[in-house]
Amino acid sequence: MTTLSDPPQGSFRLSMLIYDTRYRSLTFQAIAAILLALAIWYLGSNLIQNLRVQGLDIAYDFLVDPAGYDINQTLIEYDSQSAHWRAAIVGILNTLLVAFLACVTATVFGVFAGVLRLSNNWLVRKLMSFYVEIFRNIPVLIWILIIFFIMIAVMPAPRAFRGDEPDATMLLGLFAFTNRGVYIPAPVWGPGSLVVVATFVASIIGIFAYRRYATKLLYDTGRLLPTGWPSLVILIVPTLLVFFIMGRPIGLDVPELGGFNFRGGIQVGAPLIALWFALSIYTGAFIAENVRAGIQAVSRGQTEAAAALGLRPGRVMKLVVLPQALRVIIPPLISQYLNITKNSSLAIAVGYADITATLGGITLNQTGRAIECVLLLMLFYLTISLTISAVMNVYNNSVKLKER
Amino acid sequence: MKKSVVIGALTAAGLSAGAAAASTLEDVKARGSLNCGVSTGLVGFSSPDANGTWQGFDVAVCRAVAAAVLGDPNAVEFVATTGKTRFTALASGEIDMLARNTTWTLSRDVDLKFTFVGVNYYDGQGFMVPKELNVSSAKELDGATVCIQTGTTTELNLADFFRANNINYEPVPVETNAEAQQQYLAGACDVYTTDASGLAATRAAFEAPDAHVLLPEIISKEPLGPLVRHGDDEWGDVVRWTLNALISAEELGVSSANVASLSESANPETPEINRMLGTEGNLGEMLGLNADWAAKAIGAVGNYGEIFAKNIGEETPVGLARGLNGQWEDGGLLYAPPFR
Repeated sequence: MTTLSDPPQGSFRLSMLIYDTRYRSLTFQAIAAILLALAIWYLGSNLIQNLRVQGLDIAYDFLVDPAGYDINQTLIEYDSQSAHWRAAIVGILNTLLVAFLACVTATVFGVFAGVLRLSNNWLVRKLMSFYVEIFRNIPVLIWILIIFFIMIAVMPAPRAFRGDEPDATMLLGLFAFTNRGVYIPAPVWGPGSLVVVATFVASIIGIFAYRRYATKLLYDTGRLLPTGWPSLVILIVPTLLVFFIMGRPIGLDVPELGGFNFRGGIQVGAPLIALWFALSIYTGAFIAENVRAGIQAVSRGQTEAAAALGLRPGRVMKLVVLPQALRVIIPPLISQYLNITKNSSLAIAVGYADITATLGGITLNQTGRAIECVLLLMLFYLTISLTISAVMNVYNNSVKLKER
Repeated sequence: MKKSVVIGALTAAGLSAGAAAASTLEDVKARGSLNCGVSTGLVGFSSPDANGTWQGFDVAVCRAVAAAVLGDPNAVEFVATTGKTRFTALASGEIDMLARNTTWTLSRDVDLKFTFVGVNYYDGQGFMVPKELNVSSAKELDGATVCIQTGTTTELNLADFFRANNINYEPVPVETNAEAQQQYLAGACDVYTTDASGLAATRAAFEAPDAHVLLPEIISKEPLGPLVRHGDDEWGDVVRWTLNALISAEELGVSSANVASLSESANPETPEINRMLGTEGNLGEMLGLNADWAAKAIGAVGNYGEIFAKNIGEETPVGLARGLNGQWEDGGLLYAPPFR
């Protein structure tokens, strides 16, 4: 009580650490921090000692030993003589692949469903609520399994494509849908294909330049240039021209039935498809709710004002509502992206070789180095999650309200 | 907490170090039931029957140990384990022993710190394919998709075999036998590979077993046997000698039918049977069990030959021949050390 009325004293006395309210909280925080550190140290040393007593020394030597097992879908060169660390890299790339694909498609699904849930059309609105409620209220593992087992049971096996009168045929002679996955043609890069690719990239840059010019013209003179079909023309025509001028340098490696399986082309395995699709529709339902919340957070006056200025509903959404809604949508969207990445560890249920299946599954099993493998897994997921957060935060900062 | 135990143990070290920790044998006796790890379902080896009772070749080993230790073959808690969870379950003490067609390898014995107490089935890895594929040898499997249980030795053998023969394949990793069966029957994989006994057992459960063939190649040695944790030798001895008793019983002509009459009194003409069944000597006491431990085990599940015939023999749907798993006198590999 008295400390409050006393005039501040110039010199610092030790007793003030307890009796002076200015310092007391610091004292207690310091004591708590020391106790916490001691507790962590005790638990940690206890763990290390017990591990040593059990003969479990933490060592990562096994990572350079040959893995000895094969993996069905790899993005980099890998065979059974490669080291365990390489198997782990294969797993990491597979995790990143499915996480990236699922993030993109989940966002597309989510934005569509979220916007359409606010549609004036009763049927569309109800259909979208149905989608959201069904998909987000059933665990994602169940969705992965359902999709995978339906694929396996319904799609034809490669052997159904064999014979003079096969039970199944390839779509357009290019795509084969089997219960082992979808086989699509792979591009074959001949000489001169680089020019075609360069033209394509240049066309994309050209589209951006044209759009920028159109916007500038609109702001400067008020003249509105069409952007839809010119973009399409710029995208396709030059590339096609160069393709034929160079003598069709890019060919197609069409999958063909040979032996037991289709050969050639690119195989997108059934586990990848099941996992990708399940994660997309599941997380898409959550993102739809985020999008809806974001749109509803924009006051109705904005929409009405935009309509009063003569903007059409599509433009009201694109130019007025969505930019403001993004500020509300982005932060929860980050957690959904993190969820996708972490949920991709359910890949093991359908035999997709992600990091949990290679490092945390087969490597762990064959070497018996459980603690080491799980520590590495934790480190990986932590790193990748923090990276996604950081990148999305940068984006969030770029769209959030600029206070001037 | 463990630290104080360690300090306490150090002070008491001069007196009796061995008595510091309760052994698995004492744990099992105190609990009144045996926790036995088996596979999640492999017809003939371990699977629950229509009444929910576990039946099978591996299950019989569990029941024999329970009968020897506790006198009751039903005093077993069966814990279903997958290829991945089995070792963790055993190492953590969740189960007292593992009888789950597990291959005895050096790294499992030495590095994972388990003790394999013997071999109850000499097996090898084989391949099963649908007959319509017209494959007669595993070397014709270039480019095939192969279903394989992950976390097993078969996964490594498979990679070695295909690499050694310079042919390609595509692995489809699955967790359990049931999952593999589903994918194989749906045609998601052309070939299913696992231990030949497992293939026979799986095929027996198919609607049309004749539509599938086992290829002649056996690409590995797979001695399957029960195992326990490293470092508890008393318990290891109990499981090892229970298994040996089942094998010896067949050799000596002791079966579930005659074990009761044989163990009534010592017969001077058959000293080894007397010692095994406890009518002579004190072998049971040495193991820390009752004198009639082996008689109880054999009475409960029968001798090795009976167990084989009942669960996986040629009369059963699994239909395996004795082959390597015959007694040594019949040209097999079963050779139990003497009861002396």
